Amino acid sequence: MKHVNTVVKSCLHKEGKIGCGECNSSCQSACKTSCTVGNQSCARREERVNTKKESK
Amino acid sequence: MVHCFTYTHEGKPLFFAWDVESGSLHNVDEAAFLVCKNKFGELTDEERQKFDAVSDVEKREIEEELFKLESEGLLNTPETRVDLPFSGEIKAMCLHICHDCNLRCSYCFAKDGTYNTPRDYMSFEVGKAALDFLFENSGNRHNLEVDFFGGEPLMNFDNVKKIVAYGKEKAKSIGKDIKFTLTTNGVLLNDAAIEYLNAEMDNVVISIDGRKEVHDKLRVSPNGKGSYDVALKNAKKFRAVRGDKRYYIRGTFTQNNLDFSVDALTLNDEGFDQISLEPVVLPDESPLAIHESDLEKVYEEYDKLSEEYIKRRKGEKWFNFFHFMIDLKNGPCVAKRLTGCGAGKEYVAVTPTGDIYPCHQFAGGDGKYYMGNVLSGTFDRNIQKTFAGINVYSKEECNKCPAKYYCSGGCAANSYNFNKDLKKPYGLSCKMMRRRLEDSLAIYCIEHGGND
Repeated sequence: MKHVNTVVKSCLHKEGKIGCGECNSSCQSACKTSCTVGNQSCARREERVNTKKESK
Repeated sequence: MVHCFTYTHEGKPLFFAWDVESGSLHNVDEAAFLVCKNKFGELTDEERQKFDAVSDVEKREIEEELFKLESEGLLNTPETRVDLPFSGEIKAMCLHICHDCNLRCSYCFAKDGTYNTPRDYMSFEVGKAALDFLFENSGNRHNLEVDFFGGEPLMNFDNVKKIVAYGKEKAKSIGKDIKFTLTTNGVLLNDAAIEYLNAEMDNVVISIDGRKEVHDKLRVSPNGKGSYDVALKNAKKFRAVRGDKRYYIRGTFTQNNLDFSVDALTLNDEGFDQISLEPVVLPDESPLAIHESDLEKVYEEYDKLSEEYIKRRKGEKWFNFFHFMIDLKNGPCVAKRLTGCGAGKEYVAVTPTGDIYPCHQFAGGDGKYYMGNVLSGTFDRNIQKTFAGINVYSKEECNKCPAKYYCSGGCAANSYNFNKDLKKPYGLSCKMMRRRLEDSLAIYCIEHGGND
C-alpha cells in the first residue's frame, strides 16, 4: 500500500546555482509591511503565478 | 528539516510532510504522517497514542517509502549553503513622491503620510536625481523597478508623470527595462489618472480594507469622513479597464476586524480578483494592534478564507490572494529566497528631499540607517553592506524555521522596530507567515493534486 503521494518534487537549490537575481523586488507588489517572497515568480518566466490561466 | 502539518479540507484532515531544503511536498496518509512526525518532529500525546496503534507491518512499509524518498533527495535533504556575493548593485527604488496625504488613517506607519517630517512634495529634480542614482548603481541588472509611494502619490501626479517619462526614456537609451508601480488610496483616482496609470504602470496597488464599516472606521479624511465609497467607485472603474495587467486591492486588518476573511471575500464580491490583506504592524500598546492572544483567531480566519478560496477559484469568482500565492515549481531563485526584499542592499527609498533610506519603513525613524542623499551624491556603502549581511543564514531563528525559503527572514524594518536588531525577526509575523504558508501548500496540493 502506498502511503505517500509526492505533490511537488524539489524546486530549490537546482544545480547549486544561486540564480540571476533579476527577480521582482517583493516590496514592489502588494507587500508593504509583511514580507513574502516564495510567491514571486522568476523574472525570466513569461507566465505569472497569480493569473487564472496559470493556476488551473 | 521535515515539517509535518495538517490541513482540514471540506471537514476532512489532510496530512503533509514538507521537505524544507529541497522544497518537495508530500501528501501522506495519517499513518505516514505519524511515522514522519515521530521521526522528524515531536508527536503530541494524542498523536503518540495513534502512532502506537499503527501496526508494525504498516510502519515498516512506510519506513521503506520514506527511505526511498530520502535516497532520491526528496525528504530530509541536508542543507546546501551557497555564497551570496556582495555586488553593491541597486535594482529597485521606492520614491516618496509626496510626504502628504488626503487621508488620516489611524494605523498609518507613515504618520499621515509625513514620516514625522514637514509635509513635502518631491520635485522633478529630486526624482530625476533619484533615477540617475538608480541607473548609475544598477550595474549589470537589466530589470529596474520604481514604486511611487507616499503619503498619497496622486497629490503630486504631475511630477509622477514627468519622472516616469524621464525614466523610460533614459532606460531605453541605455538598454535597460524600468517598471513603475504606484500605491494609492484611490480617492484621487479620476478618469485621467486611471487612463495614465493603466497605460504606464506595471502594477497599481489600491488600498481598500474590505467592508465599508471596517474601512470607514480607520481610513478617513482630515474631517473624519470615511473614504470607502469614493475609493471603491474609483477602484472599480480602474479594474474595469485594467484587463489582465497587474493590480492589487490591498487592505490591512487590525484588532477591529480579526474576522478579516469576510473583508477579503467582500472585495472579491465587489468584482476584484487580485486581493491582499495584511496584518497591521503596530506596537502592543496600540488599540488596533494584533497580539499573540489573537493568533488562534487569525489562524482560524486564514483557514476559513483558504477553504472559500478553493471553492471560488473553481468558478466565476476566481481570485488571487497575495499571501496564498505560491510558485512551487518555478519560484524565485535561491539568492532571492535567502535575501528577501533586498532592503538597503538592492532596494532603497528616497524621500522628497532626496534622502536615502534602506526602505520606506526606515524613513522618518530614528535616522540610524540614513544612507545618504541623491542630490549631494552621498551613499553609505557600509550600511548597504550591513543590510547585505541580513539573510536567512545570518538569522539564528530563521535557520530553524520551515518557512525560511518563502519569507526569507521577514521584514528588516519590523525586526528593527520591535527588537532593535535587524537579525531578530518580529515573532508575531513569523507565526502568521508559517500558517499562511501551510495553507498555501495545502491549497496547491488540492488544486494541482497528483504526482509531480
